[in-house]
Amino acid sequence: MTPKATILTADEVRRALTRIAHEIVERNRGAENLALIGIHTRGIPLAGRLAAKLSELEGVDVPTGRLDITLYRDDLTEIARQPIIRETQVPFDLARRRVVLVDDVLYTGRTVRAALDALIDLGRPEGIQLAVLVDRGHRELPIRADYVGKNLPTARTEVVKVRLTETDGVDLVELHDVETLR
Amino acid sequence: MTAFTLSTSARPRHLLDFQGWSRERLTALLDNADTMSQVLDRPVRKVPALQGLTVCTAFFENSTRTRVSFELAARRMSADVVSFAAGASSLSKGESLRDTVEVLTAYKVDAYVVRHHAAGAAHLVARYSGKPVINAGDGRRSHPTQALLDAYTVRQEFGTLEGLTVAIVGDVRHSRVARSNAELLPKLGAKVVLCGPATLLPEGLAALPGVTLTTDPREAVRGAHAVMALRLQQERMDAGYLASLQEYADTYQVNESLMREAESGAIALHPGPMNRDLEISSDVADGPRSRIVRQVENGQAVRMSVLYHLLVGRE
Repeated sequence: MTPKATILTADEVRRALTRIAHEIVERNRGAENLALIGIHTRGIPLAGRLAAKLSELEGVDVPTGRLDITLYRDDLTEIARQPIIRETQVPFDLARRRVVLVDDVLYTGRTVRAALDALIDLGRPEGIQLAVLVDRGHRELPIRADYVGKNLPTARTEVVKVRLTETDGVDLVELHDVETLR
Repeated sequence: MTAFTLSTSARPRHLLDFQGWSRERLTALLDNADTMSQVLDRPVRKVPALQGLTVCTAFFENSTRTRVSFELAARRMSADVVSFAAGASSLSKGESLRDTVEVLTAYKVDAYVVRHHAAGAAHLVARYSGKPVINAGDGRRSHPTQALLDAYTVRQEFGTLEGLTVAIVGDVRHSRVARSNAELLPKLGAKVVLCGPATLLPEGLAALPGVTLTTDPREAVRGAHAVMALRLQQERMDAGYLASLQEYADTYQVNESLMREAESGAIALHPGPMNRDLEISSDVADGPRSRIVRQVENGQAVRMSVLYHLLVGRE
């Protein structure tokens, strides 16, 4: 499991999230009426960290939620084993809020499309934006991120592995070959 | 973006009974029913998980609640639903079950929900159709989704099934619900006590792991966390199983007096439809211990989860 390259160290992850938090504040002219919703699994701690940074910057508590998009995926027939559905928890009204969806890696765009469907079924936010730690390209749908920690051109034979302290005990983003992960 | 998956490699193709269903998979099925419950509480009570698939509810025996529950569950998951009622079909013209199933399969049905008065009918549909089949009740044999929703309701109340005792009181002999619960609950860590008059209590069920039998209702419910009353089919009296309905009610009715013998927080269950004041008293059925309405509510979420487990992610 030797990586081809280290893409982001712990410090670089922290700096990327700090920059994204500033961009969110700038674009939305503050943090009022914002909400951060993380997509399972690693989008959830990332949303939590962004909320903490927004609180530091603006003194506003931005509510956070979690979204499982399993029931909205259009590629489940391609998954050999069945996914477990995780909890969706959005404990606030979406109406009149601008929601920032948060995920670790943006790849084909299918996860984000499913997340948009799931979110719209939960309510009618004023607007939806997308923040990702890494954009690795290869989009299959017309979807783009509003906030990107790192743009990373990749080959389809490569895997971007994001590890976060909350889920994996360490902050690190690495690039692997598919073959080395088998 | 990671998909968390079940680690068991053998994935059951059907839900005919609980053979081949591991504890891990049954637990995941109940866990996912929690998510389905959340979906039912949303403004939009529908998810696209089964979009493009067609589910046929084939009921060869009268049923309202189970059929409606399955049809709603399938529609909530965005499946198309075709309903087949035996009385209005060519079966009444002499067509065999096999021919009927083969015709429906030719119409590109992706899964069947089958209820039939003959034990094993759902197995036949599975064999002839080659599609996933959910048994919605076959004769006296099995009614797995009812047992799952019963287990789910108990787990919802106590947070776990491990170490709990469920007493099932009444006409055990003719009850597919009792059989399915006796098969399922011990797999999930609960003990089952089956109780009824000796004429309605088949001794063979004592061979099931985690299951005990008694004809004494007070002994049955002592220490029980859930007490389930079974519907008494009144025609049983004509068949000589019971001396009188009144005598049955005097001894086996699940009422406040009997419930006092159970654990202090024990709940009362009934698979429905109820004969009020025969197998269960109205004060229990409508009282604070009753979870009978909750069972009906949970039925839809559990059936959504069953459809998900059988149909999603299959080639």
